[in-house]
Amino acid sequence: MNALPRKRIVGYTDRISAAPGETIRVMVSAEDVAAYDATLVRLTSGDLHPGGSGFIEREIADLGRHPGRVQAIAAGSYAIVDPAGSLAALRSLSVLAFIWPTLPGKGRQVILGQRRARSGFALALDETGAIAFEVGGATVSTGVPLLAREWAFVAATFDADARRVVVHQEPLVSYPGLDRRSWREAIVTQSLATDAPFMIAAEAGEGHPTAHFNGKIEAPVVAREALDRAGLERIAQGAITPEVAAAWDFAREMGGDRIVDRSPNRRHGRLVNLPTRAMKGHGWDGSEMNWTHAPHQYGAIHFHDDDLYDAGWAADFALTVPAETPSGVYAARLTGGGDVDHVPFVVRPPKGRRGADAVFLLPTASYLAYANERAGLEGDGHLQAFANHLVALGPGDLWLNDHQGAGLSLYDRHGDGSGVSISSRLRPILNLRPGVTSAWVGTAGTAPWQFNADLPLLDWLAAKGIACDVVTDEDLDREGMGLLDGYRVMLTGSHPEYWSRSMYDALQAYLGRGGRMMYLGGNGFYWRVAFHPTLPGVIELRRAEDGIRDWVAEGGEYYMSFTGEYGGMWCRMGRSIHALAGVGMAGQGFDVSTYYRRNSASRDPRAAFVFEGVEGDVIGDFGTVGGGAAGLEVDRYDRALGSPPHALVLASSENLSDTYFPPPDEINNASAMMDARQNTRVRADLVLFTTPNGGAVFSTGSIAWIGSLTHNRYDNNVSRITENVLRRFLDTKGIG
Amino acid sequence: MSEPDLTRPELIAEFRRNPVGRHSPDLRLLLNTLRKADGEEPYVLVCTKPHREWRLARKKAGRGQALTLLDGAIFTDADAAEWAVFKLRWARMTGREIGE
Repeated sequence: MNALPRKRIVGYTDRISAAPGETIRVMVSAEDVAAYDATLVRLTSGDLHPGGSGFIEREIADLGRHPGRVQAIAAGSYAIVDPAGSLAALRSLSVLAFIWPTLPGKGRQVILGQRRARSGFALALDETGAIAFEVGGATVSTGVPLLAREWAFVAATFDADARRVVVHQEPLVSYPGLDRRSWREAIVTQSLATDAPFMIAAEAGEGHPTAHFNGKIEAPVVAREALDRAGLERIAQGAITPEVAAAWDFAREMGGDRIVDRSPNRRHGRLVNLPTRAMKGHGWDGSEMNWTHAPHQYGAIHFHDDDLYDAGWAADFALTVPAETPSGVYAARLTGGGDVDHVPFVVRPPKGRRGADAVFLLPTASYLAYANERAGLEGDGHLQAFANHLVALGPGDLWLNDHQGAGLSLYDRHGDGSGVSISSRLRPILNLRPGVTSAWVGTAGTAPWQFNADLPLLDWLAAKGIACDVVTDEDLDREGMGLLDGYRVMLTGSHPEYWSRSMYDALQAYLGRGGRMMYLGGNGFYWRVAFHPTLPGVIELRRAEDGIRDWVAEGGEYYMSFTGEYGGMWCRMGRSIHALAGVGMAGQGFDVSTYYRRNSASRDPRAAFVFEGVEGDVIGDFGTVGGGAAGLEVDRYDRALGSPPHALVLASSENLSDTYFPPPDEINNASAMMDARQNTRVRADLVLFTTPNGGAVFSTGSIAWIGSLTHNRYDNNVSRITENVLRRFLDTKGIG
Repeated sequence: MSEPDLTRPELIAEFRRNPVGRHSPDLRLLLNTLRKADGEEPYVLVCTKPHREWRLARKKAGRGQALTLLDGAIFTDADAAEWAVFKLRWARMTGREIGE
């Protein structure tokens, strides 16, 4: 029996793009690999489909041989308080917080404390989900498990002189027959002494923090005396009495990674691994949906034991992009132990310089949204009904199954069922690799998705000899319009779905000034995300209101913590995708793709250049993504949704399968006539229109389009149409 | 109106002809009934050579759950893998084997 395919080498970089002369650090973990060879390569194709171009890479520089070593990922968010010293000197204390546990009973979970092994103290959920106070080797538990997803006031006091511990838990809502209020008192012989740091939502472990808390914590307070019930209530209500040693207000600085102690002691702390902030607190009453208007109602932080911002690995080596390196997609190729990993990044042109008249905006925000997505790995028969075929797990999927802490995608849920709203690139991303296909997209998981689905565009550009710079979403978010200014044409990837405001503003400004866009994808410009204002390489999303949502943000939690911006769909925020691109999301299916048939508008003289040299009416009945150029996610022209009235709808798809359905925002009431077989609104439209100041937009409305470019050695009608449009758009003369 | 007979030979023949893509309503109903019956441990493929070779396995739904490789054929064709799983599921549902 063959062994399962196994990935042994994985890595990530500290940056997603760099200009010549700039340096990129590469972090690597290698399991059972004595040494590996590193090579800088330029990537042109990872299309291993039998009809594709194969793997095309060119070696640029030797990056040396490096010893293999295993680097672990320590997932799980928490806060650590600095300085901890004076808290360590406590003899007696009171601790309290409001909590909303999501996994009570899933092992011991620390709410707060200074604890390592059996020294120090912690207020915790015990193994059963009951509140416990631990001091030294003693544990005093109420013995009554709390209910999941119910707010509770929890507290403990320790009187060093009387050696008395008192533990309280008081759910804010009780149910007949399910009264979980409880308190317990006990005499112990232990002391608080420890050298452990003060932490919230975890405790110091061997090397990495452990005993992570899952759920929300709000308004934790530490006092230096064992208070009576009245004293606890006073500080729980916000009083800063003289005995308060620290009182953290999570409603302050919600966009950052600092927690603020509002007591005069100023024992501020730092959040690690980006737990979710701006979460509804116990006092949220529904009167305000925007946390920036009522931060005091959003004083909770939701911690997860699988949160991950930065894997924090030591760098194995650094590489400096050689001078005059042409802009493009490159990778550090790591080869050893029978495995090879490619860690991709972009070489962009130096700031303020252009190396070509065309620019490919690599949709790295969308890559982050899908980073390490686990649907195929973790789904059941429902997913196979959605996909309409078997899923097929590859080495990357199996690696993820063995490395549960590798960080999640914006399509996954945390272990406690809450949606993943934050995704970073400072970790190995197994599906951001050349040659990789998605486990559940296309027959037997053979369709590429995102990064590897975009590489054929580079392959095709190279074959056609058309120069094109490459920049990333992250560059665009940071630099805005200036990044695109001066290029005659901007090309998108196959699925540029996630856009920050800065990115969107820049694109609109570029188009407003006569820039031309070739939108070579489907379901683009759909979700609004925010890059973190100070931390690199991380985005936030709230799956608010509507749209295709693998999880749904809770009511009242639609505003992003990073920026305070409303989250969700751009089309609900005054930005019509149809107006921008001529087409907008119409439907999706994940089995097979189809073709377009030319419409009468394709004979309009204004579109003559598009079809020069193209014979027949059927476009794209071939390709490496589902066998056709129209498929996976498709967009249609819709005047009612803002498509420009002067746009030419050149061609439309036919015969999408019966597993193609509209997005939820198009289903106000379900019916038995929704699927593409019965519903012509689910289709891809090929659209051309002019924009002010000599600009123009060409949209394919299909994720699969790029997968047809290379068919028949680049000689096919999808290739011809794309080339006709690109060469015309590169020409400075007017269009239409 | 009675429920359609999902064990009709023509549904098997339709699947054999076209395992992935547009299906008749009754075949869609049959396929989803079979998929649902996998329960918490669906059949999956493990790709051993990209686009060229697959093994059959069952993978418990959920995070970090075990994957069990099943003895049997190594598939070099995705449609053949779909057909093999179809037959396994159909036999489980009906208690009868589908002949070749």
